[in-house]
Amino acid sequence: MPYLGSEDVVKELKKALCNPHVQADRLRYRNVIQRVIRMPGVQEYIQQPILSGLRDKASYVRRVAVLGCAKMHNLHEDSEVDGALVNELYSLLRDQDPIVVVNCLRALEEILRQEGGVVINKPIAHHLLNRMSKLDQWGQAEVLNFLLRYQPRSEEELFDILNLLDSFLKSSSPSVVMGAAKLFLILAEKFPHVQTDVLMQVKGPLLAACSSESRELCFAALCHVRQILHSLPGHFSSHYKKFFCSYSEPHYIKLQKVEVLCELVNDENVQQVLEELRGYCTDVSADFAQAAIFAIGGIARTYTDQCVQILTELLELRQEHITTVVVQTFRDLVWLCPQCTEAVCQALPGCEENIQDSEGKQALIWLLGVHGERIPSAPYVLEDFVENVKAEAFPAVKMELLTALLRLFLSRPAECQDTLGRLLHYCVEEEKDMAVRDRGLFYYRLLLAGVDGVKRILCSPKSDPSLGLLEDQAERPVNSWASDFNTLVPVYGKARWATISKCQGPERRGLELPNTASFAASGPLIPEEDKERVQESSGSGVLMLVPNLQLTAECFEKAWLSLQVAHQQALPWQGAVHPDTLQMALQVVHIQTIAVSRAGAQPWKAYLSAQDDAGCLFLMELLWEPGNSAVQISVKQSEPRPEALSSFMSVLETVIGTIGDIKL
Amino acid sequence: MISQFFILSSKGDPLIYKDFRGDSGGRDVAELFYRKLMGLPGEESPVVMHHDDRHFIHIRHSGLYLVATTSENISPFSLLELLSRLATLLGDYCGSLGEGTISRNVALVYELLDEVLDYGYVQTTSTEMLRNFIQTEAVVSKPFSLFDLSSVGLFGAETQQSKVAPSSAASRPVLSSRSDPSQKNEVFLDVVERLSVLIASNGSLLKVDVQGEIRLKSFLPSGSEMRIGLTEEFCVGKSELRGYGPGIRVDEVSFHSSVQLDEFESHRILRLQPPQGELTVMRYQLSDDLPSPLPFRLFPSVQWDRGSGRLQVYLKLRCDLPPKSQALNIRLHLPLPRGVVSLSQELSSPEQKAELCDGALRWDLPRVQGGSQLSGLFQMEVPGLPGPPGQGQSTSAPPLGLGPASLSFELPRHTCSGLQVRFLRLAFRHCSNANPHKWVRHLSHSDAYVIRI
Repeated sequence: MPYLGSEDVVKELKKALCNPHVQADRLRYRNVIQRVIRMPGVQEYIQQPILSGLRDKASYVRRVAVLGCAKMHNLHEDSEVDGALVNELYSLLRDQDPIVVVNCLRALEEILRQEGGVVINKPIAHHLLNRMSKLDQWGQAEVLNFLLRYQPRSEEELFDILNLLDSFLKSSSPSVVMGAAKLFLILAEKFPHVQTDVLMQVKGPLLAACSSESRELCFAALCHVRQILHSLPGHFSSHYKKFFCSYSEPHYIKLQKVEVLCELVNDENVQQVLEELRGYCTDVSADFAQAAIFAIGGIARTYTDQCVQILTELLELRQEHITTVVVQTFRDLVWLCPQCTEAVCQALPGCEENIQDSEGKQALIWLLGVHGERIPSAPYVLEDFVENVKAEAFPAVKMELLTALLRLFLSRPAECQDTLGRLLHYCVEEEKDMAVRDRGLFYYRLLLAGVDGVKRILCSPKSDPSLGLLEDQAERPVNSWASDFNTLVPVYGKARWATISKCQGPERRGLELPNTASFAASGPLIPEEDKERVQESSGSGVLMLVPNLQLTAECFEKAWLSLQVAHQQALPWQGAVHPDTLQMALQVVHIQTIAVSRAGAQPWKAYLSAQDDAGCLFLMELLWEPGNSAVQISVKQSEPRPEALSSFMSVLETVIGTIGDIKL
Repeated sequence: MISQFFILSSKGDPLIYKDFRGDSGGRDVAELFYRKLMGLPGEESPVVMHHDDRHFIHIRHSGLYLVATTSENISPFSLLELLSRLATLLGDYCGSLGEGTISRNVALVYELLDEVLDYGYVQTTSTEMLRNFIQTEAVVSKPFSLFDLSSVGLFGAETQQSKVAPSSAASRPVLSSRSDPSQKNEVFLDVVERLSVLIASNGSLLKVDVQGEIRLKSFLPSGSEMRIGLTEEFCVGKSELRGYGPGIRVDEVSFHSSVQLDEFESHRILRLQPPQGELTVMRYQLSDDLPSPLPFRLFPSVQWDRGSGRLQVYLKLRCDLPPKSQALNIRLHLPLPRGVVSLSQELSSPEQKAELCDGALRWDLPRVQGGSQLSGLFQMEVPGLPGPPGQGQSTSAPPLGLGPASLSFELPRHTCSGLQVRFLRLAFRHCSNANPHKWVRHLSHSDAYVIRI
């Protein structure tokens, strides 16, 4: 940035601005307006040159002057919007020069930001549509974006507009094509067949961008392909070869392509796709190889036999980074597709030699415990783990080992009794980790109560795994992401975007630990700052949560199932918080915990409830998935009272934010 | 809307930094970007990153980082396109894009940025409009000499080897003709094709994909009209038929908006008035249906002795180009099973080279004549890969982790689709004393040429 502070410069610029000849020299005018705008002390001199610049003969000067209006406004943001200026800018939308028109839109957008930006009414919309062909690609892309806020009055008008836009879907610039496609998707919200048509037309340009020489463009296009695939799974199936990775591509593109391949698989191409993915599993890069194995695991939910065979072959490589991921994939598969259990059980013996990390060990031990009756060597493998339990670094593995051995003991008591005894002894007497010790003690006492009791508790009916599967793969309607199309959201991924936009939220507040005294006191439990806010917004009074709400799990379940979700939100979350900490913190604000998953469970869930003094029940679910840095919150309310809901949310937000900040 | 734009060298030194909105909050945004980029975990993409409420979007071009920051949720396509357009513009004005040329032409670059972007909004990127306002002359490192033309390479085409140096003829600044009338009017027209191929282990072709471009770099005064004649048998789409032969068929074509197509239907002639600088006249794609045979075939045979861990790979590479053509800078990359320790080789000619690197075999062949056949025999020790017990000792089944082989190469004077430029005619409105030089070049190079084993 140029040095602007000197007195002399300021004086000189003031002189220049007063000189009527400045505007005669277009370049000088531009330079003066551009520089002066950031300088304190000369602002009163700018106004006149800018206003006269708006009516200048030269289009170059008008372009500079129009944006100058926006700069001037942003310099003193507290000042009121100048109605005359706004009118003048609106009338300049009819300017001859296309760049002036686009600049007018941009300037109005900035000046009227408080009021929701520039208004696009019917005459303006149609004027802009007619001028589209005169604009360059940047202008076209920008105007298409502005047109998103126009609502056609009738169906007829809508289709007129779509007809006008059709040619831009064939533009050679990807940004114009994507902009036009988004406008189509939004306008044709109620016409799914039109949306599908448009996505067909965009297919060509998107595929071209996916094989573009620019890696970055290729990446953005791949992210959008994935977005489309969520709604139309078969959309790119015939082009699956375009998504094969090449050796020279950077890592992030390969990972995206593997995801795409995993999603577009169908009966016709599954053979070729699996063949290709199998090649990636032995890649030099361990990360990429593991991603490919997980992708095969994903495909295995539909095409189980072929995938299990490939995965079994991979075990023969006896490489640590491959074996551990394959075993983890097996664990998930056995859970989701019980029909492959037999094949998995045959593949497992021998794996234990090649697994060193915690995740892989947990998966293997779990498999041995649950399906140990079909694996002849299971007790002896677990015995080896028990032998080495002192050297085991991960508590999670020890916990898994306890459960697995107990399970196996139920089906093969003779072979396991001795080992189980030693393990329990170790856990109760020598183990330093409290959680493991408690688990050991718990099982020990359970065993004292008799084997039948253990059976009843350990082998009670499981939840239906297929439900989760359906939830995952439900096709999302196009309208759920149309507004995110051609923005940064698909490029970041929806989950990451949630945390980013949360961090950027306008009401971002300091997440300091609130004053405990104010929490501990009974009565109104909202921090002072929030109280003011709530009062301002609702005017009806402060939210009071009832201290000792007694709600049983059954009542909760009944209420939960009968109510609609009133509010959904994502809050930043480190994922390292212990459930007990959360429960304690929530109790302080009189939110009761109904049920919570154990620490480290994936996904981690908690169900909470609260009631305010007016008798309105709040039921909520916290859902945290591994790898996600946000916790999803869904709230249900027994009576629809938005102001109570919003103040309740702010309480919850403060608590979660506070806990999230504690690093454990 | 762009908040800041900056260019960093490959080592992270800021070369150009421009703040359009003054919202950097006094922080060194460029430094912040580079630190974020370096500390990025492997699985995340570097293309879009964020810090607080700032998004960083960047492209890499000729070893430089061109970065834009924004605080709005804008279209990634627009921004990426703008960045690559800026890269082309800077290349046009400074001669070529690189650390040296940028730092020599800082004033010119800032002048350009002032015109292209105002308050973070794009004003114009057309060379025509910009040339009225750009006063600074580009500083060129060495004077242009026509003697260098013997080594004329391709401008812009990023071939893998980059052994084809950008020719000094094509990398001079576009606008210097104004000051130096002695320089010749020149036009460079390149047909560049990128070939991606996947061949199954039984030799059947799984995928062919050709991405073609006709690129033009013009040093002629703007507004001079030119006509580019393409092969007359050029057909677009599956159904069109032209000429008597099989024709040259492409699946999809898109043209630059300045191209006039009134003679395209009848005579396959593109008419345009190109601005000075670089321009992609036409892009086309072709998949699954190649008129000529593939340039290379690989015939591998593998012997694997599981007991002793000895692996023998015999590779025969046949070049199916016409006998007069040749391929340059061929490199074969063959990933090997983990734990390969030693390599012994027998190659069919002395100028070839083969070595182990990063757990893969790399076989370099500087040039291969069309119709010729080359071979290499490689013997390796793989001790860490014991076979399952009870299997036969020696098998011809490849061990897991071997392959697929990928080839990279350049084919000068050859297009895989068969598309040729018949003629390039210039019509002069401004009377010019010098007859302009016209250079028409054809080139194919590999994007991904993968052969499974």
